[in-house]
Amino acid sequence: MPSEDGDVATRVTTAASHEALGLGEDDLLSIHRTMLTARLVDEASFRLNRQGKAPFVVPVSGHEGCQVGTAWALRRGQDIWVPYYRDVAVVLVAGMTPVEIFLGLFAKADDPSSGGRQMPSHWGSRRLGIISHSSPIATQVPHAAGIAYAAKYRKEDAVVGCWFGEGATSEGAWHEGMNFAGIHKLPIVFICENNQYAISVAQAKQMAVENVADRGPAYGFPGVVVDGSDVIACYGAMRTAVDRARAGEGPTLIEAKTYRFFPHTSDDDDRSYRTREEVEAAKHRDPLHLFEHYLRKVGVLEKSAVDELAVEVKAEVDKAVDQAWSAPDPEPSSLTRHVFSEGDEA
Amino acid sequence: MTEKNVVTAIHDTLHERMAADERVVILGEDIATRGGVFRVTQGFLDEFGEERVIDTPIAEGMIVGVAVGMALHGLLPVAEIEFADFIHPAFDQMVSEVSRMRYRTNGDFGLPMVVRAPYGGGVHGALYHSQSIEAFYGHIPGLKVVVPSTPYDATGMLRAAIDDPDPVLFLEHKRTYRLIKGDVPDEPFVVPIGKADVKREGDDLSVISYGLMLHVCLEAASRLQDQEGVKAEVVDVRTINPLDTETILTSVRKTGKAMVVYEDNRTYGAGAEIAATIAEEAMFDLDGPIVRIGGPDVPAMGFATNLEHAFLPDADRIYTHMLELARF
Ligand SMILES: Cc1ncc(C[n+]2csc(CCOP(=O)(O)OP(=O)(O)O)c2C)c(N)n1
Ligand SMILES: [Mg+2]
Repeated sequence: MPSEDGDVATRVTTAASHEALGLGEDDLLSIHRTMLTARLVDEASFRLNRQGKAPFVVPVSGHEGCQVGTAWALRRGQDIWVPYYRDVAVVLVAGMTPVEIFLGLFAKADDPSSGGRQMPSHWGSRRLGIISHSSPIATQVPHAAGIAYAAKYRKEDAVVGCWFGEGATSEGAWHEGMNFAGIHKLPIVFICENNQYAISVAQAKQMAVENVADRGPAYGFPGVVVDGSDVIACYGAMRTAVDRARAGEGPTLIEAKTYRFFPHTSDDDDRSYRTREEVEAAKHRDPLHLFEHYLRKVGVLEKSAVDELAVEVKAEVDKAVDQAWSAPDPEPSSLTRHVFSEGDEA
Repeated sequence: MTEKNVVTAIHDTLHERMAADERVVILGEDIATRGGVFRVTQGFLDEFGEERVIDTPIAEGMIVGVAVGMALHGLLPVAEIEFADFIHPAFDQMVSEVSRMRYRTNGDFGLPMVVRAPYGGGVHGALYHSQSIEAFYGHIPGLKVVVPSTPYDATGMLRAAIDDPDPVLFLEHKRTYRLIKGDVPDEPFVVPIGKADVKREGDDLSVISYGLMLHVCLEAASRLQDQEGVKAEVVDVRTINPLDTETILTSVRKTGKAMVVYEDNRTYGAGAEIAATIAEEAMFDLDGPIVRIGGPDVPAMGFATNLEHAFLPDADRIYTHMLELARF
């Protein structure tokens, strides 16, 4: 069994109540709305994919709990977000709007991440403190460590959040970044969204350990396992890790056990590597539904209000789709721009 | 003016920039306590402290990747790769991250960072301490690759590299470190990236080179003038990317003869690009074939002295080719 102190093995966090974590009703409603928005962005994106309007979609469904829960503990305008492609809900928390997400999906000129250059879901925005990432898995991990080093060097009160899948933890860059962060006790939280698959490869073929979090202590900091379907538990784990980072006590590795409900991307067919029964069973632990249940239980949201909200957010998302769809495409002549500085960047 | 060698020039310039700007931090293997395996950062730890002079784990991809993060968050990192031969684990960071950050964000993020790497042979470095790597990196848009070969150029170009808003791979030929001495002005000056330099004027043929080979060419050119009265113009490329085609073509158009000399394996080396540029742009100004001299297409030079010599183009061989081309 894992020990409790997290020094030599994984610590497991369990859900606390939202009050104990300092979350008020407004927080709960905002968290819920963000999760719902992410879910509906996914649904719209796949619809657009089937309509031939969106050539490539990376789904988030199933991950909303661990994404919103962890991201919620960072502060906009102060902390830094280093997400990976799955992180629709993380960037929503960071301040990216659905319109901006769809500008990226349609590769429009005003896509804030890349102006239509990168594939969709390759997030980035200097204004929001979302660090641009590429496609090669785990390359962002040493970047996150370098940013945390710079923040510490500049004596800023900033914490870096760095997200990735469990498959990413096989890459050298992941281990190297973790190692550097541990050596320098950097203000950073590593969040593994363990959905048990890296495209088709199951976790057992990716690593010999049961928990990615077991690797934290190998780099000199705690590893924590949390139920990724429990948004409040994810927030709690992140809250502790962020406080620790801000206090100068160093990094934490959080592993959220989660599941992806859709194929890896719109180009994937997941029937070749997992059964429908398995997927359906996982949906019983849908983080959105579990949270709605929680909200009803604590009396924050009525069943009818949930339904109304879904209609409202769907209308918002549909409006964002229309707005982004009618936005201009990038100019073909812009292809050669920004290889090097043009001297007028802020 | 102060006479110094290349390693001192780099040491002094890095020191000057660190003293002037707190955003400059350096990181790499053995650079702090030991002051670098080539002593480029000797004394820096004591003066600037361990926050700014960082001994890193042996993980080159991480060194470059961490520098990327630092550059993204307000610092001006100068990363050292202990030997250019060991930069290969960082290839992904260099190609996918360093060179593409500005482009992939449509100009939103920039990376003001320098990666220094001692490269090249002639030091008994054998297969894994002698390599030339400029061709791999010269091929990548978004990355500037420079190869200064004199104390003056190393000083002026390192200043330019640290000031540059974009990433620069700063290649230092190990053999030139202590071999090449020269005067460096005490007043600040900058040698712009992207500008080649005519190191010796002449009318009979143009010899285009860089790195250690530049000095070998200069020696051969001097002997050629003394012994045969043939005047070779020697152009120092200085920047591999972006290549200063104008200076190269101006020289070639003047002399009508072009020879390209480089130490790297000949095939697909940087000299191939230079030769192709001359062929494309100055074909009708030429009075002879473009001559290309590079290292042989074997994996690397050997450790044994004679194997190392057999790999590296030397002044005698270059002299012979120069004379042949001049008489063509
Ligand atoms: C270096 C590299 N190798 C392979 C790929 C192809 N690839 C894209 S996503 C992926 C799986 C990643 O799985 P995981 O880290 O678990 O994240 P998840 O997609 O499950 O959220 C692979 C292999 C890649 N993008 N980069
Ligand atoms: Mg996965």
